[in-house]
Amino acid sequence: MARSLPGFLALIVAVALICCSFAAAASTFQPISESHRSAALETFDRSYGSLEETYEALQTFDVLGVERKPDVGTAACQSVSQTLVSSSSTLKDIFYALKVNGVLKCEVDADSVEGIVSTLQTAVGSASSLLEFYHSIGGLVLVKNQALKDDLYLADAEGVFRSIKALSQSDGRWRYSSSNPESSTYAAGLALEALAGVISLSSSEIDQSLIGTTKNDILKLFERVEKYDDGAVYFDGEESDAHENQGPITSTWSVIRGITSFAAVTSGNLNLPGEKILGLAKFFLGVGIPGDAKDFFNQVDSLACLENNRVAIPLILSLPATVNSLTRKDTLKVKVSTVLGSDAPPLKIKLVRAKDTPAIESQELKFDSANKVHVLDTLEKSVDVGNYIFVFEIVFNDPEHKKAYAVESKTEVPIFLTGAVKVGNAKIAVLDSDLGSIETQNLDFAGENLVSLGANHLQKLKLRFQLTTPLGHPFKPHQAILKLTHESKVEHVFVVGNTGKQFEIVLDFLGLVEKFYYLSGKYEIQLTVGDAVMNSFFRVIGHLDLDLPEAPEKAPRPPVQPADVYSRYGPKAEIAHIFRAPEKRPPQELSLAFLGLTVLPLLGFIIGLLRLGVNLKNFPSAAAPAAFAALFHVGIGAVLLLYVFFWLKLDLFTTLKILGFLGVFLLFVGHRTLSHLASTSSKVKSA
Amino acid sequence: MGRSSTVKETQALFQSLRSAYAATPNNLKIIDVYVGFAVLTAVIQVVYMAVVGSFPFNSFLSGVLSCIGTAVLAVCLRIQVNKDNKEFKDVAPERAFADFILCNLVLHLVIMNFMG
Repeated sequence: MARSLPGFLALIVAVALICCSFAAAASTFQPISESHRSAALETFDRSYGSLEETYEALQTFDVLGVERKPDVGTAACQSVSQTLVSSSSTLKDIFYALKVNGVLKCEVDADSVEGIVSTLQTAVGSASSLLEFYHSIGGLVLVKNQALKDDLYLADAEGVFRSIKALSQSDGRWRYSSSNPESSTYAAGLALEALAGVISLSSSEIDQSLIGTTKNDILKLFERVEKYDDGAVYFDGEESDAHENQGPITSTWSVIRGITSFAAVTSGNLNLPGEKILGLAKFFLGVGIPGDAKDFFNQVDSLACLENNRVAIPLILSLPATVNSLTRKDTLKVKVSTVLGSDAPPLKIKLVRAKDTPAIESQELKFDSANKVHVLDTLEKSVDVGNYIFVFEIVFNDPEHKKAYAVESKTEVPIFLTGAVKVGNAKIAVLDSDLGSIETQNLDFAGENLVSLGANHLQKLKLRFQLTTPLGHPFKPHQAILKLTHESKVEHVFVVGNTGKQFEIVLDFLGLVEKFYYLSGKYEIQLTVGDAVMNSFFRVIGHLDLDLPEAPEKAPRPPVQPADVYSRYGPKAEIAHIFRAPEKRPPQELSLAFLGLTVLPLLGFIIGLLRLGVNLKNFPSAAAPAAFAALFHVGIGAVLLLYVFFWLKLDLFTTLKILGFLGVFLLFVGHRTLSHLASTSSKVKSA
Repeated sequence: MGRSSTVKETQALFQSLRSAYAATPNNLKIIDVYVGFAVLTAVIQVVYMAVVGSFPFNSFLSGVLSCIGTAVLAVCLRIQVNKDNKEFKDVAPERAFADFILCNLVLHLVIMNFMG
């Protein structure tokens, strides 16, 4: 098993590459699923700082149908009542408090409602920036929708409409205020939502020309849209110094909110192409599960807006499984649903064709109403194993639905059809060049029998087999490899060639002698056949006793096989150091004897001095010269002592330092003594 | 006849040398004894090396050169101190002795360093 590891790994890599390459070509989107719900619980499982964060979490839970913790609701309601009562709350706080109230439906007393409404009405009247309009009008719309106050209308709705419209730009984007030239797509979304709010709050009808120009602005805005290859469509954010950088997710969310709320309050069409709406849905579905709480909320809220909107409701075609086994008689299931996973209106799915495969005809899928999936079960009779790209088309039962829903005209889906491939007609033989086949053995891949063959370097080895698909056609796998392994673990790999109908390989040992490093002995034969759509296998077929001639002098050596993969991390061989043999020293007694001998001349010197009558008569008797003389001798003695210490312990620099001091002293003293002696002897001479 | 005369002559030679030597001043004799002591020490060291081999060669060198060096310096002192020597008449014997001491000290510093 371990020996076939490289082959197995190569197979896995090949399969992964095939899957990846198909993913880039045509990918499928999946609607919101259970994994989103559990991810939501994780992402929003923390304490919320502001009302905005609280609202985002609550709205996400509400849309996904996730149960929230009870204490979260009560704490949020408390915060809502506090904000609505307090007179120092900002417009933004009031706005988000009302939003939270919309989800939680807390108890709000009538007095605070009156106070809020008057604050908001005043704010609308005095608003100058886009955000002020947005928060105040949004608050009033929320009050109206939550039925907290009856008969709520905007005074001078048309004037407010015009003031908001005045901040628009010709390219469809909106500015935040008249003084600041910065504009963004995010602001455009806010503005559209605010304009929709104004329309819903006006007591009389707004001038149709204003609404018409706003619809033109929306169309202009949609010209700025960016596209991905898989059909996803989004709005790129703008870099901004004054406001937070709005990335693509936030900007696209804002626009979706804007257009869906605008379409909800206006009659007539927005004239937006269905593919763009579908593209926006694909963008958010393609995000997967976002890690950031804000991105998560934006994704879920956008999909909730798209789920039920008056422009076009996007429908997603998805497959629960793209790999189906023909041997197990799997049926191909296709599902069409809204972005949040709700049911689609009655429709039919047609398999139009399979790309590059003319054999598959156009057919309609049967609808299984119990599981709400469309099923294609005629596959195993007509389609063989392999990779295909199926092209599906959606046809509505009611042609009116075509205007209300946005679907892709032709959806391309990569499909893997796998099956059990049979190996048949397998033969292995040793061929002699003169006599033809010496022994042919039939191979049975199902059983456990191993063949045993013998050959020398003048013969050839021939292996032949056929691969058949479940439908009986010849099959060409991605890999068909033959490996011969020597007892010393030296391996040789060969690719088995395909001649259309069958696989055949002939190993001519005469030409391979040098490649085999002249190694004779027992070789293990192993065959590996692999592909993504078949039951890949590698089997030891048997053994071959190969007799090769002797290796000549200059033949290449086989590469050293590691005995154990980890042996290079083990301890290395011991190194024996060879030291220089120490010099022969004399016995200690001899050395001591000669030490004694050396002292003898010194004794002889002293005796000689005595015999000569050495005396100290010339030693000065007066005090000062005597002192100097004594110091002179002491000085010399000190220097000699220093030399002894130098030999025993000190280093040269220390010695030189001390010698410097002593030398100076000695010079001085010596000079005094010797000059005194010189003067006394000259006195004696002259006297 | 010749042999005994040679012996007598050598004996007479030694006698005259001895008596002449006895006339040398005492300080010169002290220096001679010192020189003899130094040379004898050097000879003993050489004999030792001949016996055991010259393994720490630097030690042997330093020992021998110390003796020889001090002997040489003593000879120089003797030359300078000798009153009969006309060349060094103006050099005071004390000055020569100071030179001798100084040179000895320097020599022994070097020897101590070299001995190791």
